[in-house]
Amino acid sequence: MSEQVRYRVEHATRSSRIGVGLIAIVLMVLALAPFWGDRQMLRLLAELLTFVALASLWNLLAGYAGLVSVGQQAFVGLGGYLLFAMVILAGVHPIAAIFIAGPIAAAVSIPVAALTFRLRGAYFAIGTWVVAEVFRLLASQVSVLGGGSGVSLPAAAVIAMAPTRQAREFEIYWLALALTVLVLAAIVTLLRSRHGLALTAIRDNEVAAQSNGIDVTRVKLIVYVLTAFGTAMIGALIFLMKLRISPDTAFSVNDWTAFVIFITVIGGIGRIEGPIIGTIIFFFMRQTLSDLGSLYLLIMGAVAIVVMLWAPKGLWGLIAERYGWQALPLQRHLVFDDTAPRSRDKRA
Amino acid sequence: MAPILALENISKRFGAVVVADGIDLSLNEGEALGIIGPNGAGKTTLFGIATGTVTPDAGRVLFDGKDITRLAPEGRCRLGLARSFQIPQPFSGMTVFENVVVAAAFGNNEREAAVYDRCADLLERCALAAKANKRAGGLTLLDRKRLELARALATKPRVLLLDEVAGGLTEHECATLIALIKDVRAEGVTIVWIEHVVHALLATVDRLAVLHGGKFIASGDPHKVIRSAEVAEIYMGIDADA
Repeated sequence: MSEQVRYRVEHATRSSRIGVGLIAIVLMVLALAPFWGDRQMLRLLAELLTFVALASLWNLLAGYAGLVSVGQQAFVGLGGYLLFAMVILAGVHPIAAIFIAGPIAAAVSIPVAALTFRLRGAYFAIGTWVVAEVFRLLASQVSVLGGGSGVSLPAAAVIAMAPTRQAREFEIYWLALALTVLVLAAIVTLLRSRHGLALTAIRDNEVAAQSNGIDVTRVKLIVYVLTAFGTAMIGALIFLMKLRISPDTAFSVNDWTAFVIFITVIGGIGRIEGPIIGTIIFFFMRQTLSDLGSLYLLIMGAVAIVVMLWAPKGLWGLIAERYGWQALPLQRHLVFDDTAPRSRDKRA
Repeated sequence: MAPILALENISKRFGAVVVADGIDLSLNEGEALGIIGPNGAGKTTLFGIATGTVTPDAGRVLFDGKDITRLAPEGRCRLGLARSFQIPQPFSGMTVFENVVVAAAFGNNEREAAVYDRCADLLERCALAAKANKRAGGLTLLDRKRLELARALATKPRVLLLDEVAGGLTEHECATLIALIKDVRAEGVTIVWIEHVVHALLATVDRLAVLHGGKFIASGDPHKVIRSAEVAEIYMGIDADA
């Protein structure tokens, strides 16, 4: 073919180098939080981290794979109930139970996908919600786990985690940090892989992705199962932190889906940075406005409407499109090396 | 030798509108066919049926002798059936380079790093190298059409279906695209080209077919077809002297 050129393919840009540096500093500060924050601060941060993870997973599902599910509480609740079942009925260590809940939920998600993937668009959204409601009703039938009124984690299992209350709180916080970092790292790794290339193409244009050889349904199924895996692990962690579970809290569409959608949409759907920005905004609003009672929910709704009208791709989407920023090195850049003679068949 | 692409007795209707009425079409490897016809004649639907985005009500699609009527679009792409869309369909949030990498890697089932070479070459060839790292969503119409072509070529097609690549371009822009398509043809790629800009077709194809009301009403030597009375009558939009 035509003459060869010298070039190389790079992932990092200046903004992503700054972004990675900032993320490293933030992670360091967060890892040391038990030494600078009080008990309340640790709880708040742990909760915030779980929402970053939940929103990032929902973003992968809806923002990239185009699967707008309003039933992810099915897997949050499933993860929570699996943890309680394993601890209460089988005496499994709570932390081990978190990691067992993931693969079980992934296995459960396959028949759920077989059912819901027959539906498209809004019907898929409603279908996933129905599945979550079915899960809630099933959970309320399990009398050994408290039926409809729920159950608490046995004191013995809690004490087995760590002898003192402080040690336990540190342990849970670091666990939340580690799991969230794990989920985010997994998402970044996925997006940088060949599958990520397909997924980003699907995000932008499903028809074109298909006609360029991408098996769209298969990629969507993979994402659905992986998302269930991660969501259930985070769900198990959330209810380990709460020490109590009931069908209504475990399968709450409000807590685990509505807020998560709010976070993702205002932060920037279809971008990995979006859910992180969105969670910070959400928690800032919640901490400053929650004294206002139901007015706080009205303000949140208004913010969501304004953002959707003014910046439909979310706050990070607005920034990224204007300045071309990316906080993480996901894009592939082709750099032609113009200093070398173009006819040389050698590549950097 | 079996034709590289064949449509056999294809029928398709959308409600009361018949867009394909027992269409037969056969292409030999290396051939270049032009298709003209008024708006709504069923040209783009025909491409949809060939590439698998539209399911025909009746009939068969054969690729290199193999029945692909039930094969999904991504499978047909991997066999070597590529298509450019009338309205360019870029992956708008990805860079131009990434757009081509997607097509090259998934259109042939190759590892990502293995296609970088080919993609860089293709961008040079399609005059997109300088815009390799630009967001595809921000491109001009000409560059979008170039990208559409580059992506189709990246899948290493044996048959290339072009849907109005020249529409909306200036004379000069059009000429550069024609040169590129001729180049592709010279490499042995079979081409089917739907186009309203007839002089672009006449300069490139060796057979011209006229689609009207879901049927081919004329087919043969491009210059003869374009001058036939029937075509002039039905296809009023065309200046026969162009």
